[in-house]
Amino acid sequence: MDRHNTVRLSRRLFLSSVAMFTMTATSASFARSLSGSLPWVPLSSDPPTQVVPGGWQFFTPQEAALVEAIVDRIIPADDLSMGGKEAGCAVYIDRQLMGAFGTSSRLYTKGPFLPGLPTQGYQGEANPAQRYRAGLAAIDAFLKQRDGKTFAELQPADQDAFLTAMEAGKVELPNGVKAAGFFGLLLQNTMEGFFADPVYGGNKDMVSWRMLGFPGARYDYRDHVSKHNQAYPRPPVSIEGSPEWLVKRS
Amino acid sequence: MAREKELTMTTILPRKDVVIVGLGWTGSILAHELTDQGLDVLAIERGPWRDTATDFNIGYAQDELRYSVRRDLFLQPAVETLTMRNDPSQTALPMRDFGSFLPGNGVGGAGVHWNGHTWRFWDSDFQIKTNLTKRYGAARIADLQVEDWGVTGAEMEPYYDQFEYLAGISGKAGNIKGKLQDGGNPFEDPRARDYPNPPMEMTYAPTLFANVGRSMGLHPFPTPSANMSRTYVNPLGITMGQCTYCGFCERFGCANYSKSSAQTTILPVLMKKANFEVRTDSEVLHVDLAAGGKSARGVTYVDTSGQEFFQPADLVLLCAYGLHNARLMMLSGIGKIYDPVTGEGTVGRNYCYQTNAGAQVFFDDKNFNPFIAAGALGQTIDDFNGDAFDHSGLDFVGGAGINCIPTNGRPIGTRPTLPGTPKWGSAWKKATVAGYKSTLGFSSQGSSYATRTNYLDLDPTYKDRFGRPLMRMTFDFPDNDIRMSNYLCDRMEEIAKASGGKQYNVARRKKGWDSVPYQSTHNTGGAIMGTDPKRSAVNSFLQSWDVPNVFVIGASAFPQNAGKNPTGTVGALAFRAADAIRTQYLRNPGAPLVQA
Repeated sequence: MDRHNTVRLSRRLFLSSVAMFTMTATSASFARSLSGSLPWVPLSSDPPTQVVPGGWQFFTPQEAALVEAIVDRIIPADDLSMGGKEAGCAVYIDRQLMGAFGTSSRLYTKGPFLPGLPTQGYQGEANPAQRYRAGLAAIDAFLKQRDGKTFAELQPADQDAFLTAMEAGKVELPNGVKAAGFFGLLLQNTMEGFFADPVYGGNKDMVSWRMLGFPGARYDYRDHVSKHNQAYPRPPVSIEGSPEWLVKRS
Repeated sequence: MAREKELTMTTILPRKDVVIVGLGWTGSILAHELTDQGLDVLAIERGPWRDTATDFNIGYAQDELRYSVRRDLFLQPAVETLTMRNDPSQTALPMRDFGSFLPGNGVGGAGVHWNGHTWRFWDSDFQIKTNLTKRYGAARIADLQVEDWGVTGAEMEPYYDQFEYLAGISGKAGNIKGKLQDGGNPFEDPRARDYPNPPMEMTYAPTLFANVGRSMGLHPFPTPSANMSRTYVNPLGITMGQCTYCGFCERFGCANYSKSSAQTTILPVLMKKANFEVRTDSEVLHVDLAAGGKSARGVTYVDTSGQEFFQPADLVLLCAYGLHNARLMMLSGIGKIYDPVTGEGTVGRNYCYQTNAGAQVFFDDKNFNPFIAAGALGQTIDDFNGDAFDHSGLDFVGGAGINCIPTNGRPIGTRPTLPGTPKWGSAWKKATVAGYKSTLGFSSQGSSYATRTNYLDLDPTYKDRFGRPLMRMTFDFPDNDIRMSNYLCDRMEEIAKASGGKQYNVARRKKGWDSVPYQSTHNTGGAIMGTDPKRSAVNSFLQSWDVPNVFVIGASAFPQNAGKNPTGTVGALAFRAADAIRTQYLRNPGAPLVQA
């Protein structure tokens, strides 16, 4: 029964002490027995870690240039907002691909891998990190062959035409990369980066929230519930706080 | 294999009076009731311990990416998923990520991250087969496999009342002891008293929707909500705070103690009891049966280190998510697995879902402030739900609640745009800004009625991390339910037209259930209640017909699903089962409460 003793260390302290002995721990929690009181340990909350821009963790410089050019067409700079590149969407995707999303570590990844019906969802063996690596290389190879240029070197109108063709599945990319499927992944992740809390590396200065009028991580609207059809007056806040609290970014 | 393991490496633990599998809503209710009875109760929970301050912390709970998109609080498919197909001729493949529905995980279960719509089903829902046969003739339901529940609405009333007062539901009664109440739902069954809390303060969109509905002669009323309209002290003495309308409800834990869950209504009392223990991060592999298979000896579970334990117990309560209850029965040999060809077997029978559709109305001159919201804050029209309306001249049975419950304005997921808008580029951005604040949305939440070929069993190919077969879900929307949903979409179109926007869009439900886009985590059936052991897995007290010291508690017991969210009925069934165990079962433990 010893193993069922309540863990009295905080989860982080416990994890870091375990990590010194073994690197194989994959679960964030361990079996516990709880009885007689509501368990409480200080500092046991688990806030997100703020992404600091600068450098690439997953992308090569060539891949990063391609992704930055793509996110800048998916979300172009115009009179409504800055573009996806400046907003940090590529940084966001880069960091996501280094985590649980990139490796599909939370998903069911056992075989056999069979082609499925559309109603059965994605049945491929490749995880998002692998799909980005293969998909970006395929775009690069395709455009060098067709135009002798990289995506970033194309004119905006030609970039849009290429992405439109990808979206419609009308591009035969090399190495079996499915253009529509990969475009869907790019689109999904770009939007996530643009609209998620800035703590994840995109949505710089809450640009998308200001654009929409979404007040962000606010928690109490009781004073405005009955003010029907009236604009909400306060600016957005992020999990990081409001702009004057932001850590200085290098 | 399990037996051999048991001899070699399973640690045998001291016995308990009761072992509960899963500590969500039903597990917490049963644990509270049975510890009050003086029993020694152990709950075994697959996921982690979770509580408000530590896990739904107000400093960072409002994180759409983490909780809604990456789904930090949900069951991860790597731990358990299902295979799915639309009909028995197809090969089922694993849902590698959850999409259409999102099961919960951890202490509190899906009750942590629900919206809080808390309905009562009606007597006409419980006695559905009898009622529909009498009213429209047996031929009308010949394509369906609908079943009576074995309870009446009047029998359920006190247990609904118990759950609503435990959870502090905010709402307006429509019928108190047979007297219709202004402003409530005129179609509901009589209730003994009003809700414990008044309705929530209405935002603009549901207010407009209700006005339009009333102008058309319909009967809108405030959706019964598990988000607190005011500070509330429940019968256990636990205080909840007034909802602050933050718009981070479904998929999120409430940081404000304003949404009912095991955490906010039961655990502060339950955890202090010396005769209660929970073991977290421990997954029950199966229920162990005595020789002959007529009684349970306890359960075998594994903790996160991989160590296996045998926990003996006199009474075993399956209180996991409904789908997982059904799978545990299959993996344990409790009852016979349903075969759609012969119609024999009861476990996995009558799997049902929810038949939903949606409508949007686009305005130029309105600002709905969509981010000022709560999970269950809105208005419902029940004029076309269940058997509230005459189906004589129609070609279907069942119905839907029409709900205007704008739950959030979280921008990764909530960006309504006019039909035909591109998905990216400057035109997309312009339409997104235009649509964000000025779109009125409402939806029909439709009944889902059983058929012979919608069912659950074990997959022949795909296994979980312990090598056990995944459960296989075979489901498509029955033709009856599609006809029902189309009828409701026609009604929604009338409301949309009358709303006065510049344009509207009705997204109709089609055949070919798609497991990818989110629809509803209202999976019902698989271990249904009833009066005939050949057509149901448990009796009306949720006691297994086959192994009487096992009770199976959850939406797994629903013989079919109504056009309503299931949690109110799940809570009421849990209180009813607890009452039956306390007042009847314990007098003669191990005996069936109902003779087959």
